[in-house]
Amino acid sequence: MSKVLVVTSGKGGVGKTTTSAALGAALAKAGEKVVLVDFDVGLRNLDLIMGAERRVVFDLINVIQGDASLNQALIKDKRVDTLYLLPASQTRDKDALTSEGVKKVINELRSKFDWVVCDSPAGIERGAQMAMYHADMAVIVTNPEVSSVRDSDRIIGMLDSTTERAKKGKKIDKHLLITRYDPQRAARGDMLATDDMLDILSIPLLGIIPESTDVLRASNLGAPVTLAEPESPPARAYIDAVRRLKGETVEMTVPSGRRTLLDWLFRRRVA
Amino acid sequence: MSSFLSALFKKRSSAPVARDRLQILLAHERISGSDDKNDLITQLHREIMEVIKRYVAVDQDKVQIKLDRGAHCSMLEIDVEVPGLSNSKPASDKAATPGPAPEKKPASQDASAPAKK
Repeated sequence: MSKVLVVTSGKGGVGKTTTSAALGAALAKAGEKVVLVDFDVGLRNLDLIMGAERRVVFDLINVIQGDASLNQALIKDKRVDTLYLLPASQTRDKDALTSEGVKKVINELRSKFDWVVCDSPAGIERGAQMAMYHADMAVIVTNPEVSSVRDSDRIIGMLDSTTERAKKGKKIDKHLLITRYDPQRAARGDMLATDDMLDILSIPLLGIIPESTDVLRASNLGAPVTLAEPESPPARAYIDAVRRLKGETVEMTVPSGRRTLLDWLFRRRVA
Repeated sequence: MSSFLSALFKKRSSAPVARDRLQILLAHERISGSDDKNDLITQLHREIMEVIKRYVAVDQDKVQIKLDRGAHCSMLEIDVEVPGLSNSKPASDKAATPGPAPEKKPASQDASAPAKK
């Protein structure tokens, strides 16, 4: 059965788009048929992170308004066969995201894909509401930092009250993904502890993604970190998170970057 | 040796790739400003569909439009699957696949043209 997964956070800049791309690509690499849907109308960036920015012809709004069919708007990834992207519109505003239109598109995507990954815009406005409305599962991307945790709490409240499942009295499967985790700051005691964040937000932990230049490098190259640098610590953390999403039990660790010089050279050459 | 080293460094650093990608992307986005670019494609699509429909009955889903924005010119590729032209290869009349992006069929016709910027 197909799953609609929203990647959300409330706060901007915590890594929603990076996470959507990384999780989606890792799911697709594991053989699942995946579509990434960008809901950030007016400020799309998922196309850029996926390296598909030059190939966008039609977008979500074109499909909603009937100017293009879904098949015409879907962009097939050039690296993974089962991975597709539905870009957001760069020029329209968020009001073009009608409830009826989004519902129709999501239902059509459900029938074609195993996973529909919705990349939410920051904030709690219409775009974010539309991205989460049809979700069965939510990944709440949170940095170990006070304002991010506060905004995540707000988003969790919205997931439990304003979504379709909530209105039907059903629960959304919520998962906390901690990104930009800095082991050195954690060791010094200068970073919010994972246990405290879990305690405050009281949702299960999906994974801990270490802060890494590999993520920046991947976005420079226009590839999800799980494809660009699959052996890197953040990619390994994302791949573990995907296995947990699929129901596997995987020991929770924060992958570290300790590598030999030979590993390092070899990895760079391959990339 | 130095050229070898510089080649090695070029492969390693991702920043120049990021710069090039942004330059191409922003050049296109700045020209299009608000809605123009998007409308050009949408309009082109509509009119091409109208012309095709004058001659054959084509499903909108059987028209694949691909775009590749380049630094100097863009490629707009329109792939129209025309039914009824498969007389020479009767066996090739496969049923349409329900997948999100149908593969090019033997009976399709390619029309590629550089898009005006």
